[in-house]
Amino acid sequence: MTSELAIETRGLTKRLGGAVIVDDLDLAVPRGSVFGFLGPNGSGKTTTIRMLLGLIFPTAGSFELLGEQMPAASPKVLPEVGALVEGPAFYPWLTGKQNLRRLDAAGPDGRRSTRAERIDAALAQVGLAAAANKRYRAYSLGMRQRLGLAAALLRKRSLLVLDEPTNGMDPQGTREIRNLVRELAAEGSTVFLSSHLLSEVEQLCTHLGIISVGKLVAQGSVEELRGQGDTMLRVETDDAGNAAHVLDHLGLESIIVTGEVVSAQLDGQRPEECNRALVMAGVGVRRLTTDRRSLEDAFVALTGEGFDVAS
Amino acid sequence: MWRAEVGLLFRRVRTRALLLVLVLVPAAIAIAIRISGGPTTGQGPRFLDQVTHNGVFAALVGLTITLPFFLPLAVAVVAGDAIAGEANLGTLRYVLARPMGRTRLLVLKGATVALFCFVATLAVAVAGLIVGAILFPIGPVTTLSGDTLSLGAGTLRIFAASLLVGTSLLGLAAVGLFISTLTDAPVGAMAGTVGVAVLSGVLNAVPPLSWMHPWLITHYWLSFGDVLRSPVYWTDILFNLGLQAVYVVIFSAAAWARFTNKDVLA
Repeated sequence: MTSELAIETRGLTKRLGGAVIVDDLDLAVPRGSVFGFLGPNGSGKTTTIRMLLGLIFPTAGSFELLGEQMPAASPKVLPEVGALVEGPAFYPWLTGKQNLRRLDAAGPDGRRSTRAERIDAALAQVGLAAAANKRYRAYSLGMRQRLGLAAALLRKRSLLVLDEPTNGMDPQGTREIRNLVRELAAEGSTVFLSSHLLSEVEQLCTHLGIISVGKLVAQGSVEELRGQGDTMLRVETDDAGNAAHVLDHLGLESIIVTGEVVSAQLDGQRPEECNRALVMAGVGVRRLTTDRRSLEDAFVALTGEGFDVAS
Repeated sequence: MWRAEVGLLFRRVRTRALLLVLVLVPAAIAIAIRISGGPTTGQGPRFLDQVTHNGVFAALVGLTITLPFFLPLAVAVVAGDAIAGEANLGTLRYVLARPMGRTRLLVLKGATVALFCFVATLAVAVAGLIVGAILFPIGPVTTLSGDTLSLGAGTLRIFAASLLVGTSLLGLAAVGLFISTLTDAPVGAMAGTVGVAVLSGVLNAVPPLSWMHPWLITHYWLSFGDVLRSPVYWTDILFNLGLQAVYVVIFSAAAWARFTNKDVLA
């Protein structure tokens, strides 16, 4: 029986040195989704991924990967999982190709007969074929990241766990990775992608989980998350003062005047009504739009403002 | 996988440099003896005065001189790096997530370090034999008991001696492997392992502590010379083998207990 979920955690918790890093996490990552695991730096994303891969042991809770109870099913499940965790890591004194060969040989599933072929394919897929025989020591940050991805793609995976995959990449590289992730998803892999970059997640993901200080504060499809919260009305006018007055009279909330722009929460009012009221009151409307709350607003609302890393 | 692991070790410049140093020690000594004409009988380290009569003794001199310091140092570097080095590079997380069982990885690392013990020792012995044969006359080997062995039999004894030296290092290798599971800093693990060897040597030189001497990891190290007696004097050799086995069992078990329960955060 195949489970509907590629990753399912129940009450997953990790304490390290007295501090709770991951707190009672209930993740549900649907199969076939591109799941963005979003959170500020230090919110517990990497710790969660380490637990999923069996690198660290949960303090409490349990989890399943691809429908199998972990960590008991590790030898069976993990070959199906390609991972990039906390940046790439390879032996500097080996070439890119030698590194992949070693990694492939380390697992139970690295068929020797197809190894050379798979390695070449993976290197080509990440655009690293030309540097395959250079030592890893000589690789740039972006090339290292690409090699890390190539390692995750050494065979067809049911699940890809990618921790900040575009870290250190130039804009072209970032674009390539984005396309690569889309391709992989189209081929049927589930992609679990952690990031602190909202824009990256917004462009790629079908589903989202937002983590803050070790707790999952929201998860669901991107549409669902974006839909939470109110639609905003935005009016451009040369008479902002009066416009704000009219909207206030109509019962709109959180009215903000910025130069010639007035924005407010619609709060159930119809935009047509607002427009009519404005015109009737003699306010010249240059432009009137409604905006659903952006993902960024949702993210900030859930995790708080500010650049401080979570303590 | 064993092949990949061995390839990983011996493709590394550092490993090759260690082996080169080990090879240079007997070569340098043989050359020095050749130039100076050699010490008078009975002076210097064991076997040294024999070299001018018979070049094959350069191998034994090499083992005698590298055993107290160079060999343990090389073994400490390789053993200390085994797990801590992978953790430090971050490759440990990828190897484990492949997945490779932790027990299996530890066994592979242990086997590779053990292989290195023998490769390092044989490198010294073979270099000594070759350089000795080039610079000095070679012939039938006079044992420590005064008998004479044919060149072939003598060379065989010398290889037996190197295997014993290699085995002598296994206990230290196990200690190093254990320390390597404790830290993510390979330099720390290497230093700790060298520290164990040095401490053992120091304690072994303090007479009031003679009660603990038979238990020290280095105590029987020089017993390898006993294969050059006729008949072979087995007592210390067997004590050494037994003692090394005890160290290997205890510290391998400790390394296993530690590593299979460790959170890999590096």
